[in-house]
Amino acid sequence: MIYVENKELVIPGQILAEDECYPGRGTFKDNNRICSSLIGLVSLRNKKIRVIPLKSKYIPKKGDVVIGKISDVRFSMWDVDINSPYSGILSAFEALGRDKKDLNRVFDVGDVLFLRIIDVDEVKKAKLGLKGRGMGKFKGGIIVEISPTKVPRLIGKKGSMINMIKNKTNCKIVVGQNGLVWVKGNEDMEQLTREVIHVIEKEAHTSGLTNKIKNKLCLAIDGELPVDESEEEFIFEKPKLQNFKEEIEQEEREEAARLKKEQEEENDDKNNLYEVIEELKKNKEEENSSQSDDSEDDSNV
Amino acid sequence: MSELIREDGRKFDELRPIKIEAGVLERADGSAYLEVGGNKILVAVYGPRESYIRRLLEPNTGVIRCRYNMAPFSVDDRKRPGPDRRSSEISKITADALRPALMLESYPRSMVDVYIEVIEAEGGTRCAGITAASVALVDAGVPMRDIVVGCAAGKVSDEIVLDLSEVEDKEGQADVPIAIMPRTGEITLLQSDGNLTEEEFQKAIDLAMEGCMKVSELQKEALMKKYSVE
Amino acid sequence: MDVVPEITRESIRNLIINGKREDGRLLDEYRDISIETDVISKAEGSARVKIGGTQVLVGVKPQIGSPFPDTPDLGVLMTNCEMLPMADPTFEPGPPGEDSIELARVVDRGIRESELVDLDKLCIEEGKHVWMLFIDLHIIDNCGNLFDAAELAVMSALKSTKLPTATVVDEEVVLDEENLFELPVNNDVAMCTFVKIGGEMVLDPSLSEERVADARLNVGVTRDGKICAMQKGGAEPLTKDDLFAAVNIAVSKTKELVEYL
Repeated sequence: MIYVENKELVIPGQILAEDECYPGRGTFKDNNRICSSLIGLVSLRNKKIRVIPLKSKYIPKKGDVVIGKISDVRFSMWDVDINSPYSGILSAFEALGRDKKDLNRVFDVGDVLFLRIIDVDEVKKAKLGLKGRGMGKFKGGIIVEISPTKVPRLIGKKGSMINMIKNKTNCKIVVGQNGLVWVKGNEDMEQLTREVIHVIEKEAHTSGLTNKIKNKLCLAIDGELPVDESEEEFIFEKPKLQNFKEEIEQEEREEAARLKKEQEEENDDKNNLYEVIEELKKNKEEENSSQSDDSEDDSNV
Repeated sequence: MSELIREDGRKFDELRPIKIEAGVLERADGSAYLEVGGNKILVAVYGPRESYIRRLLEPNTGVIRCRYNMAPFSVDDRKRPGPDRRSSEISKITADALRPALMLESYPRSMVDVYIEVIEAEGGTRCAGITAASVALVDAGVPMRDIVVGCAAGKVSDEIVLDLSEVEDKEGQADVPIAIMPRTGEITLLQSDGNLTEEEFQKAIDLAMEGCMKVSELQKEALMKKYSVE
Repeated sequence: MDVVPEITRESIRNLIINGKREDGRLLDEYRDISIETDVISKAEGSARVKIGGTQVLVGVKPQIGSPFPDTPDLGVLMTNCEMLPMADPTFEPGPPGEDSIELARVVDRGIRESELVDLDKLCIEEGKHVWMLFIDLHIIDNCGNLFDAAELAVMSALKSTKLPTATVVDEEVVLDEENLFELPVNNDVAMCTFVKIGGEMVLDPSLSEERVADARLNVGVTRDGKICAMQKGGAEPLTKDDLFAAVNIAVSKTKELVEYL
């Protein structure tokens, strides 16, 4: 017996089904009954019943890409706030290899980084790494915070939402699975992007959202509505971050070119340092990839 | 049962008017506002989050901490700000009442903070606080087995009645606040203050549980109202 | 633990230098303000004020007490502020800390120095019995600029305060709860708070603006344009020009603010 429909809003303790179903995430079994443990939306697929939470805190997971901010610099590592009940650490070795440096001259408190979780220990502390393209310190832009459960909606099916926003606003956007989003572009476009990201967060469980956001952006940017296109389906599946890869590679090429140019123009200390880090990161990557690495860096979640 | 009419015109099994609203604060992870009779209660939830009070944390699950506080202006004679013995006890039993419903195993070494502010008090604030706190916990996205709900029954003029007002609490012979997990009917809070026979006690529990079930529906409505679309 | 990201600091600063803000306001523009009075029936005066997402609750409770020896014929006002842990993840439970006490004192100064409450009308028997008004500020949601919200809330609560008539019969104070009188409030005061970011003085700072600000300035102004309370806060200095510019805006903005009262 199934008591709920797909996409129905349910609350903790609510009985979703009796027998015939398997309990998935966001549910628990009470004798033969499956109940919701969260406020969220039902996802029914192949007799598996899950509840997708409306809100939740980010729990670090190995392999996730996250945006973190340096909260402390220690002797051989950085403490990183990853917008979670659990903090992350980035070891000097991960960032610099065997090179000895003053850590706060590399990343300082308040710096915001794009990182990958390489491991999560038994107390849920996240061990962070910079292995992967596009990883490292952000320069400029703004940080927007959303509930981590809304990240898949912000990205959209095959990146439909995020790519549409990028195209319309001409902003670079990087989404961390911990609910932090980095946006960089024209000052006004950054703010507009912040605004629509918050609309997406608020209305994530409504249908036809991509078109709504598109209309909003078109009105704000072009002053007119776009030509009508088909409605988009509601998304439950965790999208792959595949679409990030090209984007990030492109960004990195641009960034490298820009840095090089800047460096030629003025031999600024900071830039030097940044280059050094980039260099080190690349070296490290090469090192890693030559060790016949197990996975493609950015391809999967 | 008699046709007793109470000082405020209610029948013996009638609740005071209740209003519950979920998600009323910006900063808190979850929040709720509740009015029942003359009570006004505001609850905020933060967490699961890191805590500096390491000794309170547990290695295999998250923990809950409650703070019940009465505003100085919530009662007739101004209350001195800060905790007293009564509010410390209520804080403790509130945490105890909510804990059985929490499923914090996936958040080891974390803390959920529940802040209950009594803005105005008119009898039955501990039950109202628990009821509001549960809604705020759901609003915060905290995983739970059930939405705990509180309600009191008591004895006034030798009658067992539901949901005592301030006057009834003062003049009555007994007050039995309880909290339950409505799906299973399990009791997570029980206090009893006053004189009851065994039969009266049973009657009081039955009545309070009925009251809880009614309030439970209002909790659900408040959450549905906040989050359902169109 | 709560470190402001460097890029957030930069972006807010850059916006402000260009005369813009994250929420699209002008540099001298308030967020939406709403005031409700008589929100707590057990308090003799009360108000709830919202400025944007910031929410403050005030209750006024009277007690009969003895006057201070140097002012035997004047009532007493006491302002207390609780920055409740519910209002902000960084607020901790416990007795009021420095910030909380500063807030209460700055707000109190605005009320006291503008002499808007006729304290002599709060005297019941000279040298023996006076009304003491406890003004309790409850900060319930902190989205920036608690000062201005608190001042509006205290002001509104005082204006809604009604006290029982008190007479002295056989050395005893007798209260007549049937005959209430309105607290005599003969002026209005409002506070305008600025933060300095990127060399600009920004009115009604949001939380993120507060967090990246170099300095803060509170200016309390009465309805008739008199500056009655000021306070400078924050780590960096202010220039004379900053002050004069802020005061100039505060004097004109107060005219708008007191309309809410």
